[in-house]
Amino acid sequence: MIVELGHAALWLAAAFALLQALAPWLRAPVGDAERWTGLAVPAALAQALLVSLAFGSLVWAFATSDFSVKLVATNSHTMKPMLYKLSGVWGNHEGSMLLWILVMALAGAAVALADSPLGDRFRALVLSMQGLIALGFYAFLLAASNPFERLGVAPTQGNGLNPLLQDPGLAFHPPMLYAGYVGLSVAFAFAVAALLERRVGPAWAAAVRPWVLAAWAALGCGITLGSWWAYYELGWGGYWFWDPVENASLMPWLAATALLHSVAVLAKRDALRNWTILLAVVGFSLSMIGTFVVRSGLLTSVHAFAVDPARGAFLLVLLALYIGGALLLYALRASTVAVGEGFAPVSREGALVANNLLLAAGLGVVFVGSGYPLLVDVLGVGPISVGPPYFNATFGPLMIPLVLLMAVGPFLTWGAARTDKLARKLAVPALLAVGLALYAFAVWDVRAAFSLIGFALSAWLGVATLAILWGRLPWRTPRATWGMALAHLGVAITLFGITASGALTRELLVNLRLGESAEVAGYTMKLVDVAPVAGANWTALEATLDVSRGGQPLTVLHPQARLYTSPMMDTTEAAIHTRINGDLYAVLGKPDGSGRWQLHVWWKPFVVWIWAGGLIMALGGALSMTARASARRGAAQPVGALVAA
Amino acid sequence: MTDAPETPARSWLTRLAIYGPLLLFAVFVVFVGSQLGRETRVTLTSKLIGQPMPAVNLPGLGDAPGLTSADFKTGKPVLVNVFASWCVPCRVEAPQLAQLTAMGVTVNGIAVRDAPDDVAAFLKTNGNPFARVGLDKTGQTQIALGSSGVPETFVVDGAGIIRYQHIGEIRPEHIELLMAKLAEAGR
Repeated sequence: MIVELGHAALWLAAAFALLQALAPWLRAPVGDAERWTGLAVPAALAQALLVSLAFGSLVWAFATSDFSVKLVATNSHTMKPMLYKLSGVWGNHEGSMLLWILVMALAGAAVALADSPLGDRFRALVLSMQGLIALGFYAFLLAASNPFERLGVAPTQGNGLNPLLQDPGLAFHPPMLYAGYVGLSVAFAFAVAALLERRVGPAWAAAVRPWVLAAWAALGCGITLGSWWAYYELGWGGYWFWDPVENASLMPWLAATALLHSVAVLAKRDALRNWTILLAVVGFSLSMIGTFVVRSGLLTSVHAFAVDPARGAFLLVLLALYIGGALLLYALRASTVAVGEGFAPVSREGALVANNLLLAAGLGVVFVGSGYPLLVDVLGVGPISVGPPYFNATFGPLMIPLVLLMAVGPFLTWGAARTDKLARKLAVPALLAVGLALYAFAVWDVRAAFSLIGFALSAWLGVATLAILWGRLPWRTPRATWGMALAHLGVAITLFGITASGALTRELLVNLRLGESAEVAGYTMKLVDVAPVAGANWTALEATLDVSRGGQPLTVLHPQARLYTSPMMDTTEAAIHTRINGDLYAVLGKPDGSGRWQLHVWWKPFVVWIWAGGLIMALGGALSMTARASARRGAAQPVGALVAA
Repeated sequence: MTDAPETPARSWLTRLAIYGPLLLFAVFVVFVGSQLGRETRVTLTSKLIGQPMPAVNLPGLGDAPGLTSADFKTGKPVLVNVFASWCVPCRVEAPQLAQLTAMGVTVNGIAVRDAPDDVAAFLKTNGNPFARVGLDKTGQTQIALGSSGVPETFVVDGAGIIRYQHIGEIRPEHIELLMAKLAEAGR
């Protein structure tokens, strides 16, 4: 019954989405013709409430293991721990699309409730675009992939969830990622509304900025969680694979990164109008394409749920309508948007333009690398795979000038910047950069030029960013500056983690009998025991590894080789000992048949810095967002003044 | 925003910048649309399904006869169980193998990378369901079979053609399936 209520709520929510989409276009027959425009706000709130109910009822079905619901029967199991019963709601095609709609409706409600510095009509237009997009996905859910479908005969047990996905990191990875993807829909809707209303300008940029920052922070968080999950769950210590599906989340992030910088230029200098609008459209378009690529079964990977081509065709038509429509509108209106202000090449905005070009080039490189194997396969040259070597050779070099600039940009002023003091300000970062590279060369024995550059750049950016805050009183520093500094510092930290773990990793692959020891990077591992253990829905062989360093016992690692029962699947549970200066990462392999066990142990220096940096970046974005919101409230600009801009 | 009056003299570069994204996207849609029906499923079963058994000539335990290719050309479908004494799930499936033997199924075993004494001890502890046991000391036969782990069980028909591969241990619920596959192979 609750499931049927959820289904009904979904239909009602779709009706409100329709109302939301139409509201600003309706003309009241009597009285003020525009007054129905105001319906957009309550419609958005009602839609959010109803989708929450629908989502809640599906959660209920999973929590109570109601196997008469097809989705629950195919994806859940009574033996599964409660957290994974709940994350099972979005660990499948239909549920994840429902989650998408839920996040979209919540974003709509946030737009409806937040201040609208551009006026009520503009907000109604933004909500209308959001309603229109949501409507397509409602149609898709209700017609082509109903999550509430019942089975005629309920099975007594469900099929379970892919064990790789039964993990806390992954339980929260999709919702964060979706919050980012769908958050970009707000920027998209703002862009389309601005094109319709012909209101591209600084006021628009200031209004859209917090939304871009929120989406960017959520997306960064989601990507970080996904990468961390891959690192500890997939069992060989990799954290980024340049897998097409990962790239599908990286591309919107790159576009959003470019967008939030170009929005700043537009807000301060009224330059880059068309470019900013295009980025806002492209950011969400890439999010939709990313979701589409994952869901259509066009690419096979961990992320692809089995989907039939009819669903793919449905999604493709939706994409063609939304993205094609927005790009067409852009093409028609962009030629009428005034070019805006020009600017001096050596200035804050000049640096930001360079940043945008480099990010766009990086985006292009990732796009080509992700699409190329598909293209080659179709042309019949035979399947090829574009792997990390391609991306390292193309994306990496683009990031070098980007990071160089990131350190300099914040020291430049808007307008023509004075450069006479620049050299003195950047002397210390430059010295320390060279110092760290020399240290890596001499002490860590690093010889690869790319790694040495990585070390130098991370010190350069990190120190230069700290120098921004140097000598400022923390409480008198604007929150936006804090946010920027944190985000840039996060990049430096991530870069350091990537470089150090790449250049300094030590690996050990041994066959050990019980009682034998082996050594890696100064850590001694002693295989003490291998014993069977059991969990709720798995059995495993668990090794006990005593780790010591210089004779001092340090920790005990318990890597497992697990066998999940529903569905049947072997997985390895790596045992990881995390320290600030590196991770010990142990994987238990197969026994070799003569009483010896295969052990694979890595020492990965500073690897945890990669994700710490990612989270610090996201934190910086969140901080910057609140700064903007409070500044806006304080300024209380009259609406009329903004329209005149 | 200020509306500029329509300027007719726009360079082709500006035009490209304005219409380029739309064109690129159109190409993308056409390309993806043409690819939607394509089969992308990847099968993970052994490539040897439907192929004859590879040549097998393995020594047996002690004085017992080993396992040779002749054992797969008896006209009767058999099961081939790839196992090892050091493999824990192989102990789990022992009762199921015994049950299959009791149902009249011929089961041949291939012990992978194992010492004869260990195999003998394993069979003594867990029961010996095997008509023949071959010792694959180097693991070469396992590789030739397209098997990547233990335990795995193959259904081989009377003419020595591999019909089915079961990966992982045989659980009680798999017996029915294996019997059906054997019956199918016997037809």
